[in-house]
Amino acid sequence: MGRYVLRRLLQLIPVFLGTTFLIYALVWAIPQDPFAGKCGQRPCDPAYIAEMSQKLNLNDPLVVQYFKYLGNLVVGDFGTTFNGISVGEQIATSWPITLKMGIIALIIEAVIGIIAGVLTGLRKSGFLDNLVLVSTLFLISLPVFVTGFVLRLYLGPQGFDLMDTSVSSDPSFGELILPGFVLGSLSMAYVARLTRSSIVENRRSDYVRTAIAKGQPQSRVVGIHLLRNSLIPVITFLGTDLGSLLGGAIVTEGVFNINGIGGLIFRGIQEKEGVMVTGIVTLLVLVYLLMSLLVDLLYAVLDPRIRYE
Amino acid sequence: MEFRTRDGVAKVLNGVSYHVSAGETLAVLGESGSGKSVTAQTIMGILDTPPGFITNGTIKFRGEDLLTQSADARRQVRGEGIAMIFQDALSALNPVFTVGFQIEEQLKVRRGMSKADARKRAVELLDQVKIPNAKGRVSDYPHQFSGGMRQRAMIAMSLALDPELLIADEPTTALDVTVQAQIMDLLAEIQKERDMGMILITHDLGVVADVADRISVMYAGRIVEHADVYELFRAPGHPYTESLLESLPRVDLRGQELKTIKGLPPSLTNIPPGCPFNPRCPRVFDRCVTEVPAVHNLGMGRTSRCHIAEEVVARG
Repeated sequence: MGRYVLRRLLQLIPVFLGTTFLIYALVWAIPQDPFAGKCGQRPCDPAYIAEMSQKLNLNDPLVVQYFKYLGNLVVGDFGTTFNGISVGEQIATSWPITLKMGIIALIIEAVIGIIAGVLTGLRKSGFLDNLVLVSTLFLISLPVFVTGFVLRLYLGPQGFDLMDTSVSSDPSFGELILPGFVLGSLSMAYVARLTRSSIVENRRSDYVRTAIAKGQPQSRVVGIHLLRNSLIPVITFLGTDLGSLLGGAIVTEGVFNINGIGGLIFRGIQEKEGVMVTGIVTLLVLVYLLMSLLVDLLYAVLDPRIRYE
Repeated sequence: MEFRTRDGVAKVLNGVSYHVSAGETLAVLGESGSGKSVTAQTIMGILDTPPGFITNGTIKFRGEDLLTQSADARRQVRGEGIAMIFQDALSALNPVFTVGFQIEEQLKVRRGMSKADARKRAVELLDQVKIPNAKGRVSDYPHQFSGGMRQRAMIAMSLALDPELLIADEPTTALDVTVQAQIMDLLAEIQKERDMGMILITHDLGVVADVADRISVMYAGRIVEHADVYELFRAPGHPYTESLLESLPRVDLRGQELKTIKGLPPSLTNIPPGCPFNPRCPRVFDRCVTEVPAVHNLGMGRTSRCHIAEEVVARG
């Protein structure tokens, strides 16, 4: 196992370098003046251009620029935007919000998805089964911004006034429940369907029959023997999904006006803040790579038949 | 006992009746699809409804009819009164739990044993079924065991609650021949030690001859012959049993073509009228096609469902 982890971690290095270089190149190698429109209506002051070019190493060849940037990253320096705002600080403010919302979304999709999947998997083709199948299909076909706007409108003060749908700049867990639900809704539908088909597949298996023949109570037959096996694919799906949830959600954050990573990266792209975009994307690549490694390791823990050598 | 399927109602079991006493081994012999395993699963109460429906009959255990008992009372009988082992131990054991866990689970949940006591007992049980280094292997997963060891582990698990009756559903079919013999010896030994009743479901005549006291031969969901093991091998009382015995390879008939039973067993949704064996029977005559044979009593507890049972047994 130790050797496998080491090998995987070493594999991360070329993947990390490849993806980040690509992003860096895409952001800085565009044939356009990076200072266009940065100083209002007037062209920028040559002194300012000289200073910033020096700071961003814009006069060096691209590869040299990239490695200089990487060197700064390694010591924790994400650089500053054209206005001199620290990118590191911006990320530090937005990241906890995205993290909170991602965890809420994960909990919601896991709990509701798994419960719905188990109930329908055990009782195929009943009313509940049809209800879940139709509603998940509904969620899967709806774009997230529609789900988001509809829920925000109807649950909020302009609709049935059931809850306060506005989100403050430093939101609490409570405020993020609705956005988290919207963010997790699509995956929730997938989790429900994945769990359902996994339960249906396993409930007729020999080891379930053995557990029944042993006279184990129904709760243990389902809750221990059946569920433990059926949840293996579901948990790996949830792990990969957490990786993408932590990458922020441009649409959901936009609908609810949340100051998360998604919003930050969106503004960065809009305002052509190269330092901001490369900084965040590099971080996201790292998070995603580590999450997928974690999922692979988790898989081996969940299924003892899988051994990594 | 019938299965209601889209292709119609399959009368899986019909007029099956047998009994087993403590310390006795009854072999249930038959081809694939003859209803051997279904009988066992009906006794255990582990058939799914639907498609399985028990339309009538009784299953008496310790004098009580299991079919009239509550679901919970029946569950209590499973494992404690009647235990079952299955053909393929690799798929019958849960792949994600250790062998120890699966044995201890019975002791903890059903007997309320503490974790430490259950572990100790599990090691004892594995030791009893002759698993070498039981203490070290108790925390292994089923896939880390060899085929024979897995079957031994399943036997240990079935013995956890000291059942009075053990149903072994083709326990050696998935194993190598040498391992088969070891497992059968182990089963016979354990049965003797515990004075346990055993129902051995098999299609292997050799296994039957070795360990069984009595035999029920099944065909198309019915018991066609029932006899003491020596009597049956000496003189079969049903043409089907007769054909089965003739189809055994024999050393003294080397070089001759191996006899087989012509045709296939009938589909259970479409059992032929009269005697279900009539399309394949070498002794068929007109009555067989129209009339279902009654149970003929041949004395000494022997029965046969054949119109000419007396004649068949006499010729043997």
